[in-house]
Amino acid sequence: MKTSSTYVFAFILLSQSALALAEHKPAASIPTADLMQPAELAANLKSTSVPKPLILQIGFHNLYAQAHIPDSEYIGSAKEDAGLDQLRNRVAKLGKDTAIVIYCGCCPWSHCPNVAAAYDTLHTLGFTHLKVLYIAENFGDNWVNQGYPVAKGD
Amino acid sequence: MVPIRAIVVALGLSSSALAFGSDSVLRVAPDFTRTDIKGDVFSLSAYRGKLVLLNFWATWCGPCLTEIPKFVVWQRTYGSAGLQIVGISMDDELAPVIRAQEKYQMDYPVLMGDPQLAERFGGVLGLPLSYLIDSEGRVVARYQGDLDLKRLESQIKSLLPRRGNSR
Repeated sequence: MKTSSTYVFAFILLSQSALALAEHKPAASIPTADLMQPAELAANLKSTSVPKPLILQIGFHNLYAQAHIPDSEYIGSAKEDAGLDQLRNRVAKLGKDTAIVIYCGCCPWSHCPNVAAAYDTLHTLGFTHLKVLYIAENFGDNWVNQGYPVAKGD
Repeated sequence: MVPIRAIVVALGLSSSALAFGSDSVLRVAPDFTRTDIKGDVFSLSAYRGKLVLLNFWATWCGPCLTEIPKFVVWQRTYGSAGLQIVGISMDDELAPVIRAQEKYQMDYPVLMGDPQLAERFGGVLGLPLSYLIDSEGRVVARYQGDLDLKRLESQIKSLLPRRGNSR
């Protein structure tokens, strides 16, 4: 009995270890009402009469450096504590009604490890005009290849 | 040069296997030389004569981590028949990549990618992303997003340079 318990315990440990590299809160946890479609943000950026939101990239630098939304700021991966700290610091002095759009686009939406963590952090801080850019597949397909504006570099 | 679509038709691959961006069609894989994470020099051109599956991945990419154990098996199974898997990590840091290589026993070359290398492949703006490169260095297919691993394995088997050597 003791032996089988040991095996079960070891199996649980191994299972948790196997998942540790990829665990994250699913993007599907973000309320639909707080999502923004790429076309909507692109139209906003194009307009001269609509106020521009603060746009924050909360993903990975290797992707941001290749292509990002013009004037968006690189924060860092929200799956990491350092990225979330950077996010908190960036918004610390902003009014809670500041319009903020966060985005990643590293992988298909359901697999993104960053957007839900960033959304939860800003939502908990009390930001009321917060949107998450809904990137269904990846930033290349859903933004760059759509012809929306792109900037490169750090 | 054989048009990429002709190669696809000849191999019986469906067009869904190809998901080229309109301005990022690669016909010949760009050569590059880098040091892999074990410190060995890697040149893509050194693998001419082999079928190369060039896999852009990252430790933060769930679907990538699902694929990797299968790639490890394929390398062991089809390596003698001329398959070479190559992993290019788009992680920003080296440490998690080393841990993943050990954890998944990735016994094929693993390199660190960056924006410059990514740009040579038309941009790596989402993972997973893989290129299948034939023995003459031509890009046969580009796979973006979740893979149909069974289908990819069939395609690989049909393209192996030395089919008789695969188990």
